[in-house]
Amino acid sequence: MTTISAPTPTRPWAASPKDRLRDLSLFLLAILGSYLVVAVTPMKGKLAYFTLFFAIYMSLTAGFQWFTRGSAAAKDAFVNSLVAIGAVVTVIPIGSIIATVVVKGIKGINFGIFTHDMSQAAPTDPLTSGGLLHAITGTVTLVALALVMSIPIGILTALYLTEIRGVFTRPIQFLVQAMSGVPSVVAGLFILSAILYPITHAYSAFMGSLALTILMIPTIARTSQEVLKLIPNDLREAGVALGGTQWRTVAMIVLPAARSGLITAIILGIARIAGETAPLLLLTGGGDTVNPNAFSGPIGSLPYYIWKSFNAGSPEALTRAWAGLLVLMVLVLILFTLARLLGTRKVAR
Amino acid sequence: MSTIAPERPIPAPRELTTEPRFSDKVFRAVVTAGGLSSLIILGLIAIFLGYRGFEILRSEGLNFLTSSDWSISTDDAGNVTESHFGIAAMLVGTILCSIVAVAIALPVSVFSALFMNFYAPGWLKKILIAIIDMMAAFPSILYGIWGFLVLMPSVEYWAKLLNHYFGWLPFFKLHPYVVTRSPFVAGVVLAIMIIPIITSVSREIFSQAPLDRIQAAYALGATRWAMIKAVVIPHGKSGVIGGAMLGLGRAMGETVAVYTVLNIVFQINWQVLLGAGGNVASLIILKFGEASPYEIKALMAAGLVLFLLTLIVNAIAELIVRTTGKSGR
Repeated sequence: MTTISAPTPTRPWAASPKDRLRDLSLFLLAILGSYLVVAVTPMKGKLAYFTLFFAIYMSLTAGFQWFTRGSAAAKDAFVNSLVAIGAVVTVIPIGSIIATVVVKGIKGINFGIFTHDMSQAAPTDPLTSGGLLHAITGTVTLVALALVMSIPIGILTALYLTEIRGVFTRPIQFLVQAMSGVPSVVAGLFILSAILYPITHAYSAFMGSLALTILMIPTIARTSQEVLKLIPNDLREAGVALGGTQWRTVAMIVLPAARSGLITAIILGIARIAGETAPLLLLTGGGDTVNPNAFSGPIGSLPYYIWKSFNAGSPEALTRAWAGLLVLMVLVLILFTLARLLGTRKVAR
Repeated sequence: MSTIAPERPIPAPRELTTEPRFSDKVFRAVVTAGGLSSLIILGLIAIFLGYRGFEILRSEGLNFLTSSDWSISTDDAGNVTESHFGIAAMLVGTILCSIVAVAIALPVSVFSALFMNFYAPGWLKKILIAIIDMMAAFPSILYGIWGFLVLMPSVEYWAKLLNHYFGWLPFFKLHPYVVTRSPFVAGVVLAIMIIPIITSVSREIFSQAPLDRIQAAYALGATRWAMIKAVVIPHGKSGVIGGAMLGLGRAMGETVAVYTVLNIVFQINWQVLLGAGGNVASLIILKFGEASPYEIKALMAAGLVLFLLTLIVNAIAELIVRTTGKSGR
């Protein structure tokens, strides 16, 4: 009797060690080549290394494929490296931004800046005096006020688009998208022309948060809409079948089911406005002291603080600006990570 | 057996109706009101900016769009004696900067979207998507200050190289030879800011390319590039154009990042590499601090122009994206 052995599965498409060796050697050859060209010709600098490396790598791989497999494979190899360049060029700036902000900002971070405001200090003073307490409290005030206004409007808009589906659904969908493209400075000018000049005549946190609300609504509305779409229709039908009115179905079933997704939407909204600068320059006045009253008096904020320090121009002021940017960036990164973690399970059980 | 007649009369059957209950009517009214808020807000923006800027628009007429003179003179009492407001230079600058931005960002974004969808292994794709989304959430002041202090020296060097080797091309001409803080620099910073937008729209559209056709192309022996050329690009072409328009709209409205890197000059300049440019949004920030009430009205009118411009660009972009893929982003 002969035993029939099951054939071992093969993966003919996977790269063999020989292929890997070939790719690696081409890669190394390209690095070597770019160094050689830089050494021989007058071209120099990071840009030269970068472009030469890619040019040589592209021609090496494409040429190799041309000789072994013909022109179609050569084109494929060429596009292969082109596409990789695209990804690398996309990632380089973000790496540079994070590295620069961390390296330059860390010098301006000490415990004192979280407990002092700038009322006793000018941006050009040594770093030991003053701080950004007023900026942090101001940003928190602005964001909190904007949240109070934009969460209801944003979620109601999303509910209209997913639950009611009236005659206006398509135009409103369109307008929400269009609203997300409103330049932030225009939102600031609008509040300036509609409320600050005719009615209140004074800078306050409330004015700034009104403009931020306009910028935040589309983000919250769009993300919540995506989340509400994911809620299975069975749940809504079950609610109605049990005799619930639409109001109770939405309030007791749909919204709780979408809870974590809605929180993600809100967090993304905060991340959208936390660093918004232009409307705050127009509307908040940028005070240097902690202002507990959100409805009167100028109020500082992180973007305004960064802006002011950056424009003061001395080395100390620049370090302050970088420190402010670092705080702002860490804030945005934390919010973003939170949104990601919650977003992975958009629909709660 | 006889049936016993019921003691009580049978109640009249409850009237069946599709009329919503009172609570539902309230609910629907509230939600509809909330839903209409975007319409109301956009309408109010146009009305108020138009109302405030009306005086200027009437006195300047078409000159507001075609002249580039921005001057105001007052007598000792602070009354306006003579004023000229024209935003032509700013409009040209806005268009120039955003076109440079899209011209740089579009190829990079399309390549990186292709890389994410069809080349990168799963783990790398996840990381790249997170990075791109993060880039989109970064505040513009971060890009502005980084662009001014870190990126600008390199970009000015690139501008010199471009002028040196490609100066014979009409749009790389440079006269006089000033390369600092040019629209090109602003365009590069804007490009970095809109790459995440165009990339995520393109990635979304590319991922909707029909799988059966992709596999059919592979089955016929196509290489990866041949498959992309035959299936993905025809499917995603107009969506990518829509994404580019969205990026264009974002670039046109950008304020702080442009203000920090661009040298604002009230003179129409079509030379990309020359260190003089303009941007409607930056004009507002530049002039706001020292502006008299009358000049503020001119800024409102400029804001209205910017608002309508971005609204039109965004609307076209949305239409294009909507007709291609089901979900734009």
